[in-house]
Amino acid sequence: MAAPSVSSPPSSGASRLLSARAAALLSPLAALVITVAIGAALFAALGKPPARALAMFFVEPLRDGRALSELLIKATPLAMIALGLAIAFRANVWNIGAEGQFILGAIAATGVVLFAGPGAGRWVVVALLVAGVAGGMIWAAIVAWLRDRFSANEILVSLMLVYVAELLLGYLVYGPWKDPEGFNFPQTITFAEATAIPRLVTGYRANWGSVVALASTACAWLFLYRTYAGFQLEVGGIAPRAAAYAGFSPRRALWTALMISGGLAGLAGALEVAGPLGQLTPHLPVGYGFAAIIVAFVGRLHPIGIVFSSVLMSMFYIGGELSQSRLGLPKALTGVFQGLLLFALLACDALVERRKRR
Amino acid sequence: MSATPPRLELNGISKRYDAVRANDAVDLSVMPGEIHGVLGENGAGKSTLMKIIYGAVHPDAGEVRWDGRTVRVASPREARALGIAMVFQHFALFDALTVTENVWLGLEAALSRKEVQARVAAVAADFGLELEGDRLVFDLSVGERQRVEILRALLTKPRLLILDEPTSVLTPQAAERLFVMLRRLAADGCSILYISHKLDEVRALCSRATVLRGGRVTGVVVPASESAHSLSELMLGAAPAAVAPVPGTAGVESAPALVVRGLSLPRRERFGVALEGIDLEVRPGEILGIAGISGSGQGELLGALSGEDPRAPAGTVWLLGRDVSRVPARERRAVGLCTVPEERMGRGAVPALSLAANTLLTRREPIALAGFLRWRTARRLAERLIARFGVRAHGAEAVAASLSGGNLQKFIVGREIDAAPKVLVVAQPTWGLDVGAAAQIRGELAALAAHGVAVLVVSEDLDELFELATDLVVMARGRLSPRIPVREARIAQIGQWMSGDFPARTAPAAGVDGGSVGTEQSARG
Repeated sequence: MAAPSVSSPPSSGASRLLSARAAALLSPLAALVITVAIGAALFAALGKPPARALAMFFVEPLRDGRALSELLIKATPLAMIALGLAIAFRANVWNIGAEGQFILGAIAATGVVLFAGPGAGRWVVVALLVAGVAGGMIWAAIVAWLRDRFSANEILVSLMLVYVAELLLGYLVYGPWKDPEGFNFPQTITFAEATAIPRLVTGYRANWGSVVALASTACAWLFLYRTYAGFQLEVGGIAPRAAAYAGFSPRRALWTALMISGGLAGLAGALEVAGPLGQLTPHLPVGYGFAAIIVAFVGRLHPIGIVFSSVLMSMFYIGGELSQSRLGLPKALTGVFQGLLLFALLACDALVERRKRR
Repeated sequence: MSATPPRLELNGISKRYDAVRANDAVDLSVMPGEIHGVLGENGAGKSTLMKIIYGAVHPDAGEVRWDGRTVRVASPREARALGIAMVFQHFALFDALTVTENVWLGLEAALSRKEVQARVAAVAADFGLELEGDRLVFDLSVGERQRVEILRALLTKPRLLILDEPTSVLTPQAAERLFVMLRRLAADGCSILYISHKLDEVRALCSRATVLRGGRVTGVVVPASESAHSLSELMLGAAPAAVAPVPGTAGVESAPALVVRGLSLPRRERFGVALEGIDLEVRPGEILGIAGISGSGQGELLGALSGEDPRAPAGTVWLLGRDVSRVPARERRAVGLCTVPEERMGRGAVPALSLAANTLLTRREPIALAGFLRWRTARRLAERLIARFGVRAHGAEAVAASLSGGNLQKFIVGREIDAAPKVLVVAQPTWGLDVGAAAQIRGELAALAAHGVAVLVVSEDLDELFELATDLVVMARGRLSPRIPVREARIAQIGQWMSGDFPARTAPAAGVDGGSVGTEQSARG
């Protein structure tokens, strides 16, 4: 007879987010409506016309080709990181440090570019992407190893490794990797043309990274719903005792979940640094790794759902920037919207669950 | 008009869950001081009805009257305010606290520890509940824990006490003590609702009983004047099929298929049970029953057998002549060991997944090359199990959580029987099943044994073990009693053994590899 114990909040949150089938589609939509309503009230309180402000978030990012291209640029890393996180969260592995794995992916990719030098051929793109995956995986492997060997809490370890990654990034761009001709700015040299991720349409910044993200979506879906390994991972997450009964190894699940989520975050980092940025700077991390947690949950931890929620989250990013430049509102609105959406979602899920139980 | 209205009266209570009518126009009345039985198989709607009375679930239609007044019980808190107390099947006690502290926590009034202690002592003495207030719950036996729950309920001075299958955790002797206490309580004017599916208990204890089947009342009877046969007909609709004992054909003389040698394991969880020097062997064609009250180490033994608990030292667990002590669960299954855990939801099956997906927990047929899944195969397998074992479910895509306990049990036991094991270890094979389904499962187990499968059955239901097993051992406090052929076993003796009072075992004679027959071994008739 076990003592009644407090279940860990993340796992009960996950089951709440996963269980209700009807709520699976309804609650994100309801949450979006609530977010928009509160957002409108917020704009009114700030003395801005709500309709015009909301348009910055929900209309402007879709206005033309250039806007759509920018939308894709931000949705791509969000989707890619969120896919990995969804797999990890389904396995009840709480990797909160995708931001750090993203940074390590970018660092590793930059290392390949710098090592290859200015005369490198087109092959370097493949090499830098592989390096990005490896970088993210190594960073996540530290988390997996500490949890496996010492039962260290993966939430704390992965989160703290984000700060280590940021400091490592700072050391590199202020130190050994600083562009000698960069007027002492903390940044690497601008990457050679050959290292750039090919663009989808000339004249627009959107690149083949988005296609890689879509392919990753398909692979994640296949893995989760069509493979025995994915099944084992999911059972380990939602019913650990059933997994033990079936003989599914929790250690293997832990490592698989962290390698997949770390690898995808690293790949996103490599695509970012070799794509829109074209050089490594301290401004690389803009919170994609954290926003992707929300993307994963709003997308119901489902690959297809994540495609949509990543576009939504991308709108929040762009809307925040536009509100700053055109309306003089603080850019922090992006974070406010992200938070509102997550809280509204959790509230909707909790209410739906409660109604169902009665 | 009678002078006193019923303490509790339900009129036309209905509650639907999606397609399932859990309660359909249920009437029930309990007089003051009456012990009223609620009889029905699992899934008959007993639990839903009790939750409605206790305010945990709200009915779609119908009326609840308390002392003749119409009331609406919105929450368990309101139920308690009316004087309704409930003792659940699963206890909600804090192991690390004392009896007094646990009782204290359950009381809503602000009382000092001393007052609580005095009241605990007074009420315990009043009702002959032997309990020491200072003992930690962790040290108590299951029966004693139940007494703490009952004590906690009694301290609220209930006018209606609801007990949900209270004897499932008790030895026959402890159950008898409980009945004495309940009769005394009823004599004091407290009404008691006694939920059970055990006919003899209801006949011995209850002055009236309401029988439920499929959510409807099929009769209100005086149990003492009914026969077991007529009662089970009310519960089941049709006369239960008798188990046809299948005579063993495989030689019991062959080498044991499952052997445990001197297995001792420290407790794994803080409040678990340590195993001490477990020896047992099961031969092909034999059904060995392990009796014992729950929580005596059965779960721990099962974990060591299945491989879920990987700590068994080398040389302690042998499967078909192979030392599997250090072999993980999936490999043991590949060797031919199938297990059915006691806990169905969450261990034997994943509640949120479909039945088709749940076949994947233990079956390999739906796994194709390179680890891809063949869902069509999984669905067909699930459909076959549904058909073969009469599982009531909306097809292979129904999620496990949507099945009633009994139907899920049929599915899980069926999944393992259908896997054609060489050794089958099964816990509580018919727990919560109606008599017909239980008979089918027992028949299947007997047939497996007849085909040369070694079967180990862990059960709290002595009747079941006496009916099914060839030999019996009793588990108590992590130890196993000597082995005794079922035809020589007596209920009273087994009951005594269940409390841990049994002679030390003689050293096992049979070797792992040998075909020699142990001294305790009985030939089958």
